Amino acid sequence: MAVLVSLIVGLGLFFIIGFAARAGLRAAAPARHRPMFRDMPLTASFGLAVILVYVVVAILAPVIAPFGEGEVLGDQYLPWAAPHYLGTDKLGRDMLTRLIFGARNTVGIAFATTALAFVAGSVLGIWAALAGGWLDQGLSRLVDALMAIPALIFSLLLLTIFGTSVLTLILVIAAVDATRVYRLARSVAQGIVVMDYIEAARLRGEGNWHLIRREILPNAMAPLVAEFGLRFCFVFLSISALSFLGLGIKPPTADWGSMVRENATLITFGDITPLLPAGAIALLTVAVNFVVDWQLQRASGLKE
Amino acid sequence: MGRDILLSIRGLRIDGRSGDAWHPIVKGVDLTLHRGEVLGLIGESGAGKSTLGLAAMGFARDGCRISGGTINFDGIDLCTAPEAIRRGLRGKRIAYVAQSAAASFNPAHRLIDQYCEAPVVHGVMPREKAEGDAVDLYRRMRLPNPEDIGFRYPHQVSGGQLQRAMTAMAMACRPDLIIFDEPTTALDVMTQIEVLAAIRDIVRQSGTAAIYITHDLAVVAQMADRIKVLLRGDEVEEADTRSMLAAPRQAYTRSLWAVRSFARPEQPPGRGTPVVSVRNVTAGYGAVDVLKNVSFDIHARRTVAVVGESGSGKSTAARVIAGLLPPRKGQVLMGGKTLPPGFRARSRDELRQCQMIYQMADTALNPKLRLRELIGRPAEMYLGLTGTALEARIRDLLALIELEPDTYIDRLPSELSGGQKQRIGIARALAAEPQLIICDEVTSALDQIVQEDILKLLDRLQGELNLAYMFITHDLATVKSIADEVVVMQQGAVVEHGPKAALFAFPRQDYTRLLLSSVPEMDPDWLNRLLAARGEDA
Repeated sequence: MAVLVSLIVGLGLFFIIGFAARAGLRAAAPARHRPMFRDMPLTASFGLAVILVYVVVAILAPVIAPFGEGEVLGDQYLPWAAPHYLGTDKLGRDMLTRLIFGARNTVGIAFATTALAFVAGSVLGIWAALAGGWLDQGLSRLVDALMAIPALIFSLLLLTIFGTSVLTLILVIAAVDATRVYRLARSVAQGIVVMDYIEAARLRGEGNWHLIRREILPNAMAPLVAEFGLRFCFVFLSISALSFLGLGIKPPTADWGSMVRENATLITFGDITPLLPAGAIALLTVAVNFVVDWQLQRASGLKE
Repeated sequence: MGRDILLSIRGLRIDGRSGDAWHPIVKGVDLTLHRGEVLGLIGESGAGKSTLGLAAMGFARDGCRISGGTINFDGIDLCTAPEAIRRGLRGKRIAYVAQSAAASFNPAHRLIDQYCEAPVVHGVMPREKAEGDAVDLYRRMRLPNPEDIGFRYPHQVSGGQLQRAMTAMAMACRPDLIIFDEPTTALDVMTQIEVLAAIRDIVRQSGTAAIYITHDLAVVAQMADRIKVLLRGDEVEEADTRSMLAAPRQAYTRSLWAVRSFARPEQPPGRGTPVVSVRNVTAGYGAVDVLKNVSFDIHARRTVAVVGESGSGKSTAARVIAGLLPPRKGQVLMGGKTLPPGFRARSRDELRQCQMIYQMADTALNPKLRLRELIGRPAEMYLGLTGTALEARIRDLLALIELEPDTYIDRLPSELSGGQKQRIGIARALAAEPQLIICDEVTSALDQIVQEDILKLLDRLQGELNLAYMFITHDLATVKSIADEVVVMQQGAVVEHGPKAALFAFPRQDYTRLLLSSVPEMDPDWLNRLLAARGEDA
């Protein structure tokens, strides 16, 4: 019964948020972009709304959160009651506060990492496809060698060498992920560089940077965007895994991955509190992929 | 005609979807086809020829629907018959030959495997018998090495041979009806003759009925017993081939007949330093020389047509001039100065002087860029225009190619028709303010009426802007209308070179004569006469 009720409530929320977001976006969008939002599916508007909420929460975390991020406030594992609406964790810190700050750290780091991986991976991949010859061979074999090492072990190794800070964490995971993006970008670009318009641009005397940015990248966008949605979620998992091993985000900084681990004992008592950060990750993952799917459909639909 | 009716289409309507709305593609066409008869369907692109051809198989493309009328094939109503029955007919009693055999064959399977698929699936004959049958048909289609050719992959066979293999494949189950959708449009004139003769013989020998779709009147005149003219989904007229050619009743049909009449007066011969001169160039890929000691000059305001069959080195010559393929020997001079062999070593101004227009505007224009950037980029790069000066230049260029600037400036290439895309290719070349434009088969992907417009545009621009054109083509009708000089190439060497009028009137070389006689004429007996004449020679 409880399952059924939550299912209905969930679906209801999905539709309400979806419709409301679509109506809001349509009204707010400048006239030029309005057609884009008119045909937007409900899933996409829901996704956009969720992402928007996460972003607002992440930016305004110190303002919204009722307590300090690392503040110890009382007994451990307090139940859901005012003033601790979602209870406290094993050190007696406010769960809601840590969830809000977790958005800032986890989402921020994941986004920075994925963006970095994509910029590096796709630029290098397209460059390799464009230049061919020795540059392509050199870069590709290097990437092959890096990909041969299991990702987690490789990041552990790098983090041990360079020490753990948020910056090194971002750089290391981005470097590991960039190899996958490089592979994809290179193979997509190889199909594009043989087109006549690339030959025309080369004959015009265009430099590599213009070729990559204006001629190739717009045509390689669809598969890269799809990959972005997937990569973004994998980065969450990598961060969580590294935090679990003690090499990720250091306490007392809140992040959703380590919050699950720290409070896991509560699950044995039938308390769902530790699952909240996991749910936050899941919701964001779904939302990002809804939006990515929509963009993908638009990109491929325009061709006809 | 006393023969039975094989296919009868009454009041057929087909709609296509664009966005949310349906708009008619075929608007109530009637069609009757007797057994063993060949019907030619002609019309410009967008006339609904292919859609009608596919409908004869009870098939509508994705995004199309049959919205009215009946299609009766030998007593079976294809509109209402269940899919299983229709599928049983396709490949067995009705077969289809597509325009581009290269794109229609599966590149991962050998020809004979693809041949055997239909007879085996339809249970007409077992695999071993089908293989023997394939060899027989390959021989009748006059393919070289009929015993072995089936065991090759599609990329190991030439375009003309593939088209014949595809026709053989369509014949595999001895169908009652074959639909040919522009089977020779992508081939050069020499290959076209072989394919046309092979198709016609096999269709006549087996008494198969056929629908022959094309936009080339001279071709349809050779192939069809009757001709039906379509215009924007409506029938214009239908008559016997001979009476249709002799006395077309409708004004539209007469305008189709007259389309190749455009011919510009020959320009005065060039004096002074040629814009480009190619001196004793030998070039090639790997160990093979594709060009052998080629020399010719192109003067300002002159159009030099380079003709020859596929593989004769026409496009390679263009690539050498453009700097894409550095020659092994010889050099390219521009305005009397030697150009660096590779384009990377050339200065920006040298690159600007020589622009290219490509055959396939679809792949030559970046599909993600708006016309503003497509045309504006060369002007920005070479002439340093920015802001309002650039905007004004883009608008001038659009006006020059006869497209309304306000309507088109922010469009994507996908929002243009084939002819409009080719115009954008021209505008992009003009934006650089070049002296020489290399036109590589620029009209061969377009239908005749659009071809005519593009040729007229190129001619006008040449006069206004003092351009020199190098015009690569296998279509001698195009040469007749636009060229001043003709360079005939065969196997990488220049066979003959001279002013157009002299070359067409008194070809000195056998090869030139062969090439000239291969251009289809608007005479139903032309192919017979030609084959008879060549048969005597051989």
